[in-house]
Amino acid sequence: MATKSTTQWFKLLVGVIAVYVLVKVLVQTGLMNSYWQRVLDFGLIMTIGSLGLSLIYGFTGQFSIGHAAWFGLGAYAAGYIGKTVGGGTPAFLLALAVGTLFAALVAYLVGLPVLRLTSDYLGIATLGFGIIVKVVLDNINKVIPSLGGAVGMTGIPQTADFEWIFGFLLLSILLCRNFVYSTFGRACTSIREDEIATSSVGVNPTRYKMMSFVLGCSLAGLAGALYAFRYPFLHPTTFDFLQSFNFLIIVVAGGLGSLTGTVVTGIGWAFLLEGLRFVLGQAFVDFRGVIYALLLIVVVLVRRQGLFGGKEIGLIVPQIGRRERRNAPAGSL
Amino acid sequence: MDYFLNQVINGLQLGLVYALIALGYTMVYGIVKLINFAHGDVFMVGAFVGYFGFAHWGLPLPVAILFSMLTCAILGVVIERLAYRPLRYAPRIMALISAIGVSFFLEYFCSLRFVFGPDYRVVERPIQTVTWHLGGVTVTNLQLIIMVTVAAMLIFLQYVVFRTRVGAAMRTVSYDHDAARLMGVDVDRTISITFALGSAMAALGGVLYAIAYPQIQPFMGIMPGLKAFTAAVLGGIGLIPGAVLGALIMGQVETMTAAYISSQLRDAIVFVILIVVLLVRPCGILGRTEPEKV
Repeated sequence: MATKSTTQWFKLLVGVIAVYVLVKVLVQTGLMNSYWQRVLDFGLIMTIGSLGLSLIYGFTGQFSIGHAAWFGLGAYAAGYIGKTVGGGTPAFLLALAVGTLFAALVAYLVGLPVLRLTSDYLGIATLGFGIIVKVVLDNINKVIPSLGGAVGMTGIPQTADFEWIFGFLLLSILLCRNFVYSTFGRACTSIREDEIATSSVGVNPTRYKMMSFVLGCSLAGLAGALYAFRYPFLHPTTFDFLQSFNFLIIVVAGGLGSLTGTVVTGIGWAFLLEGLRFVLGQAFVDFRGVIYALLLIVVVLVRRQGLFGGKEIGLIVPQIGRRERRNAPAGSL
Repeated sequence: MDYFLNQVINGLQLGLVYALIALGYTMVYGIVKLINFAHGDVFMVGAFVGYFGFAHWGLPLPVAILFSMLTCAILGVVIERLAYRPLRYAPRIMALISAIGVSFFLEYFCSLRFVFGPDYRVVERPIQTVTWHLGGVTVTNLQLIIMVTVAAMLIFLQYVVFRTRVGAAMRTVSYDHDAARLMGVDVDRTISITFALGSAMAALGGVLYAIAYPQIQPFMGIMPGLKAFTAAVLGGIGLIPGAVLGALIMGQVETMTAAYISSQLRDAIVFVILIVVLLVRPCGILGRTEPEKV
């Protein structure tokens, strides 16, 4: 099997380089100006966060609709480090680590009580947590003035460029893939399918729910940290529950239990929103929200299993050395 | 003390308006297990139609309210027909995303220039405000109107659900769609009636809200909708008395926080209480936990 595995890795490497070169060529030829570069970067950042929600909801079945809260916690924690330490590469990496770990820590503390709730009740509790975080961020300047509070936070060094974000997206995809196809990930998937049956074969659901929750939220924290170093202005409304809906929409529209779906929809979603602005022109730009809403409804009505419906494409989620492909999660729930 | 009692009355006013929205959430959730995120926007449409009725078309207030309720009842049925019914046997999350889509659609469509426009509008009160002083406590005629209307609606709803054939059908469908169909209940019709009733309540709530807090705009439904839904969860979703109890608690907590602590922390404290209650009683205050079936 070694040869097959090697070809798979080779294909993956070629794919990654091809995407990277394509973006660079588009930039060099001027087809992609700095505006669209920004849109692309935002799409990649949202994709990293959505991969986290994909682990929590798509693979473990924990209905969480407060995902933007961890996105915001990561962004503010990293932004604080960036503002105090500076924007060099070591400081940047430190800030990313702090943002990610802070989100993970809060996810653990919140998960301890909250993950006992099931289905919609968990959803409402996480939604509530999202609103609490928004209110805290709105008032944070009373405790730490440099975080800005309701007027927003500025002055974070803009270290994250396309290369960094692209690299971290690749790392996140690999991490999620390895998690999903590991023993832990399989335990999570079986909890999604039937929690009681899973616990009756000796798997402790609480442990795995917590594991995927903390991992998923820390990816949101990483995405937030990258966001803080890519966009010069942080504001609490960027991290309110409407943003949580965006993560949820990306994960569900991509297809629950499909990392490929999450990646493709995550990037496509960012381009759709900005592309509509471009296509509609100045005269009809007001219709953007209406058309987006209609597209959303139509996608859900036409593809009720999501765009990818639990399937994976080998290039994005390589099935290296795996034989169990046929058992890939079906994306029910 | 007088200040405190006045705050209690203010909280009651807010809570009763929330109750009207929460009733629609709880009925819809009870019958199709769907968090109808578009409900807050139906409330917004209700507020706008009512406002146009009494402020621009010169309708008397009760007629404007009835017209608004009728419009929203139709709107609710149409939404259910187009966006939720095709997904009734799909995974539940798809109907939820569809509901979010409908919510966005109503918000953005209504903020188009040729519909309601994106701006805030100030609502001129259609009735003269009369204030009574009862030993230091101030009550306005508006607060009285809200209390009486909501109480009447509650009694009406309890009557419909527990004393009429439609109500019996609703209870049967909420218990089990397939069994209800076998018993000869028209499930689609019952669900439509539930949406019509719930949306009419939301419209009533919208008009009262617009009169009590006289400013309206196309995105006004988001927060009241979210809070009303939270109220329904707090009281035990699917239960009509639970929705009212939850809404009254929310109204009091919100008013008291604004009065005694800080109006900015209002939302945070409301949701902290929600989470704490859910941890102690996972199905809400009046809800009963069913044993999980294997």
